[in-house]
Amino acid sequence: MLIETPPAPTEETGQPPVDGRETAGTSSPDPAAASASAEPTSVEDAAPADAPTGRVEVAGLSAYYGEFRAVRDVTLTIRPHAITAIIGPSGCGKSTFLRALNRMHEVIPKARVEGSVTLDGIDVYDREIDPVQLRRVVGMVFQRPNPFPTMSIYDNVVAGLRLTGRHRQAALDEVVERSLRRAALWDEVKDKLTANGTSLSGGQQQRLCIARVLAVDPEVILMDEPASALDPVATLRIEELMAELRQNYTIVIVTHNMQQASRVSDQTAFFTMGDDRAGYLVEADETIQIFTNPRNQLTEDYVSGRFG
Amino acid sequence: MAIQAVAANRSATLLQAKAGGRRTLVDRAMRYLSFVAAIVCIIPLAAVLFFVTVRGIAAVNIDLLTKPARALGVGGGALSAILGTLQMVPLAALMAIPIGVLAGIYIHEYGSARSARVIRFAADVLVGVPSILIGIFVFTFLVLPFRQYNAFAGSVALAVIMSPVIMRTTEEVLKLVPGTLREASLALGVPRWRTTLSIVVRTALPGILTGIMLAVARAAGETAPLLFTALGSRLVNVGDLTKPMDALPLFIYVNARQPFELQNEQAWGAAFLLLVFVLTVNVLVRLRSAGTRTQ
Repeated sequence: MLIETPPAPTEETGQPPVDGRETAGTSSPDPAAASASAEPTSVEDAAPADAPTGRVEVAGLSAYYGEFRAVRDVTLTIRPHAITAIIGPSGCGKSTFLRALNRMHEVIPKARVEGSVTLDGIDVYDREIDPVQLRRVVGMVFQRPNPFPTMSIYDNVVAGLRLTGRHRQAALDEVVERSLRRAALWDEVKDKLTANGTSLSGGQQQRLCIARVLAVDPEVILMDEPASALDPVATLRIEELMAELRQNYTIVIVTHNMQQASRVSDQTAFFTMGDDRAGYLVEADETIQIFTNPRNQLTEDYVSGRFG
Repeated sequence: MAIQAVAANRSATLLQAKAGGRRTLVDRAMRYLSFVAAIVCIIPLAAVLFFVTVRGIAAVNIDLLTKPARALGVGGGALSAILGTLQMVPLAALMAIPIGVLAGIYIHEYGSARSARVIRFAADVLVGVPSILIGIFVFTFLVLPFRQYNAFAGSVALAVIMSPVIMRTTEEVLKLVPGTLREASLALGVPRWRTTLSIVVRTALPGILTGIMLAVARAAGETAPLLFTALGSRLVNVGDLTKPMDALPLFIYVNARQPFELQNEQAWGAAFLLLVFVLTVNVLVRLRSAGTRTQ
């Protein structure tokens, strides 16, 4: 098959051995991948640039499912290398908004988007932009941990690289260790990288999914209620991890949990549902501002627990 | 007081319908009846297995496995039939697997709801078409124009029977792949085709293989589609697809009707071989899918 079992790590160093096998099955499957490898952001060089990149500017964004408008006219600037929390009651379009940022919204039949989203000044909805390329730069972590069940831990981490055909076999071991370390999972799994990804606990699986996203070296990481299916201890670990990741990545997190938003985020955007059942942005500000001194009465009612 | 008295009387009335009443009796009777019905369903299977095994094993010998068929009850064996089945069924699988699997992927992953419904309906109808009609259909296309019964036509007929089965099982198991895996892959920047192949189909692969094996087992036992196509032959035919070829079901059909004791025996033996093949495939498939489910 396309997926090879990786060699077991050597005992002495704890490092996986360098693998010199032929890179079979790694020829670029599409021309887009070939152009990606020509870009300066190579897999080996994941260090952040000096000026933080990953600024997302959303202007007049509306998202539709067929005729139904789920998100109405959102304008929001997402600060680079910071955590932006999106809070609001159920059904107010938080997840839809999030999925519009990496064009996952349009995967759903008849779904479409109006308005603009720019990433470091580039319009991601431009005709010239390939959504497949965009998603390599704007990664996503889902509500339920979803490691690929047919793959080992190792293969899960490098799945994004292997399946997009841009990796050097020898570099994979390094990517696996670095991604798992960044996802704070390395120490727990370094001795069982060949074990199935689904054999891990829920919290570990979610960190594996985060490692999988980190391995493709994105600028922005979207998290759709990443801890809502986890217990409090696992949730805490994810939150600690997010605090570390914000140094290198722009993070947008959708959460139902207001305590979580206030704990982890720098900025908070509050969405609610209008009379037309479309979600809209009520206000966005520094998190401390939203939770202590919101400008809008709706926000105040929500963060003080009076509704939603 | 009055209300309490009424309530007490009502409870007493209700409780008088005690166990052993009419409802309980009907319940018990129906339960036994359905149990008996279930047993009756199993009896044919048990009987077939029993008789084919008892009479078949006795007829299996080295001649049956190594000698070509001969007429008029003067020895011979089922070699031509065994080799014929071993050629036509794999060739049919080679044709039906790509078509069935790709069609299944199409209607689940890519087709619009409308086109999927139309194709699914057509496939279901095709599954239900009596297999002899498929034989006649292939006969008109691949036998009549050449004035020659041939093994290739037999394989095509078997492939026509297999492909809708493979398509439907492929679709069913693709449905079981969680959409979240597809999304996770797409969100990693994996192209759609690669997601379909390496994530969705890969995850569903055990189930797809199950469907393929069941289709193979079914095709191996088909007689009617071969009657008008491969025809059957007493000669050992290896590799010449333009000539008639024998197959185990045809061998059974022909030999069971002969007036000679020996040939009837050979039919029992061939039936046993066929049964062993089909049951082995079926049991392997069930064990496999049971194994993957508990993993």
